[in-house]
Amino acid sequence: MTTTEPMVEFDDISKVYRGGNVAVEHVTLTIDRGDFVCLIGTSGSGKTTTMRMINRMLEPTGGTLRFDGKDIHSYDAVQLRRKIGYVIQNIGLMPHMTIYENITLVPKLLKWPEEKRREKAQELIKLVELPAAFLDRYPAELSGGQQQRIGVVRALAANQDLILMDEPFGALDPITREALQELVKSLQEKLGKTVVFVTHDMDEALKLATKIVVMDGGHIIQTASPAELLRHPATQFVRDLIGEERLVQAQADITTVGAIMLRDPVSITPGRSLQDAIALMRKRRVDTLLVTDDDGHLKGFIDIESLDNNYRRSTSVSDILNPKIFYVHESALLRDTVDRILKRGLKYVPVVDSANRLRGIVTRAALVDLIYDTIWGETDKPPADDAATVNATPADPTKGV
Amino acid sequence: MGDFWTQHGPELLVKTWEQLYISAVAMGLGTLVAVPLGIALTRFPRTAKVVIGLASMLQTVPSLALLALMIPLFGIGKLPAIIALFIYSLLPILRNTYIGMQGVDPVLTDAAKGMGMTPLQSILRVELPMAMPVIMAGIRLSAVYVIAWATLASYIGAGGLGDLIFNGLNLFQPDLIIGGTIPVTLLALVTDWLLGRLEKRLTPVTEREGRRAA
Repeated sequence: MTTTEPMVEFDDISKVYRGGNVAVEHVTLTIDRGDFVCLIGTSGSGKTTTMRMINRMLEPTGGTLRFDGKDIHSYDAVQLRRKIGYVIQNIGLMPHMTIYENITLVPKLLKWPEEKRREKAQELIKLVELPAAFLDRYPAELSGGQQQRIGVVRALAANQDLILMDEPFGALDPITREALQELVKSLQEKLGKTVVFVTHDMDEALKLATKIVVMDGGHIIQTASPAELLRHPATQFVRDLIGEERLVQAQADITTVGAIMLRDPVSITPGRSLQDAIALMRKRRVDTLLVTDDDGHLKGFIDIESLDNNYRRSTSVSDILNPKIFYVHESALLRDTVDRILKRGLKYVPVVDSANRLRGIVTRAALVDLIYDTIWGETDKPPADDAATVNATPADPTKGV
Repeated sequence: MGDFWTQHGPELLVKTWEQLYISAVAMGLGTLVAVPLGIALTRFPRTAKVVIGLASMLQTVPSLALLALMIPLFGIGKLPAIIALFIYSLLPILRNTYIGMQGVDPVLTDAAKGMGMTPLQSILRVELPMAMPVIMAGIRLSAVYVIAWATLASYIGAGGLGDLIFNGLNLFQPDLIIGGTIPVTLLALVTDWLLGRLEKRLTPVTEREGRRAA
């Protein structure tokens, strides 16, 4: 769905109010067709200002802003706004107009014939799963959630490709909000709309966005996909905004196996004798050895049981090598690996790099830490050492399996 | 009663008509000027203070004095009376239009603008309907005042029910005073009632059962 065709381009945009109040400064941002962009930040971060410059509700005082490749000043402001859907926090349905009149407000401004407007209204009210009979009602006769559904489709009525939403669900109760988030997300995906969504709710942003723009004090702090943002928050401010709890929760989702594996696992080459093998096991207090060739490629493993059974007949590690070994790639996501490790009852899983070279192992003990953090959060630890403890589990080379 | 009617009946009708005529013309002009002016002032809040201040000042000029002041400018008769009453009608309408338009939920004007209404479309389709109850309240107040004060217009030769009342005062004929006062009161009450009906009609419906925006 996402093509790289830019729909809105901010090029070094600033907005300074008379009296020198800086609302937004040096904002450079590209919003591609099909993007779901969430602008997030605290109040006064300039997120709403940034959004409102797109449909010229506010005029930038510096830089160039392009819509569909053309400077927004080459459009007539009124005509431009009719091309861009607009959903606001307080819903803003006209109380003296029926739902039908509200939905078809922009089509009417565009002088669509009555028949086409009626058709569009019927289609849209179905889209938000409300009965067609509602078209004749007035906004005051609908619940808040129903009203905002109408607010959302009103922004789609003239087939606008770009929809601006300014904290549209802020005033709704959590259940209604969630239902509307689902609705907006599915509409956006189904209809291929581009959405610019202002919010201060990180959960909302993570759930909806394909691209999150974190703003503070009129500047963009970070622009990233939700996964990227969780993985690499650019500054402490971003970390705070995400919240440590979410960062920890997200660990399982975004941590790779490589990040928590123990390095330098105990291994042996196939050419070595079984006496060497047992000596190594004893020294390192382990009951299995991973077998690698001289270049470190993983070949299999030997365990104490087969060694015990075969040490009279065999002489070298390669004779009793068990090549049927389950391993994971170091860039694999931990959340996919956890299940497999737990289900298979494995004590550990070797980790390889892209060339199949042995890099480390993931033990059940490491998983315990991770799951513990996910369940209990970081409540009993000082917040400063948070998620880093998971990432930086000391890779003690002497620790056996 | 019947006696009074046979003696003054035709005169009463003519004077009532004059009273109504003077008031209606003054009110019509007042509304035509004050409503657009009030709307325009909401676009220039700083000018608004000055203009509304000026209108308030005119309101403080005693009505009799204002009528008298018209004589050197416009002579005597209906014209100066209408102009004086027109000036009086301005303030309540102007102030209420201004307040009513300012009181429109900014969310609605923001939505109207954001969806691509021109300023005029926003005023005609959103702001004016929303402000209508307040504007109409100003017009009703103005109308009652103007009808009452039109009685004084008789002093500068504009006719109206004031003729009867002042005749009664000069000739010590209480029945003339009462006979002139009652129609004025009735006129004011009926006008207020009719404008109330009009207000209901103009106030937009916000619910299917016919509840209107307050």
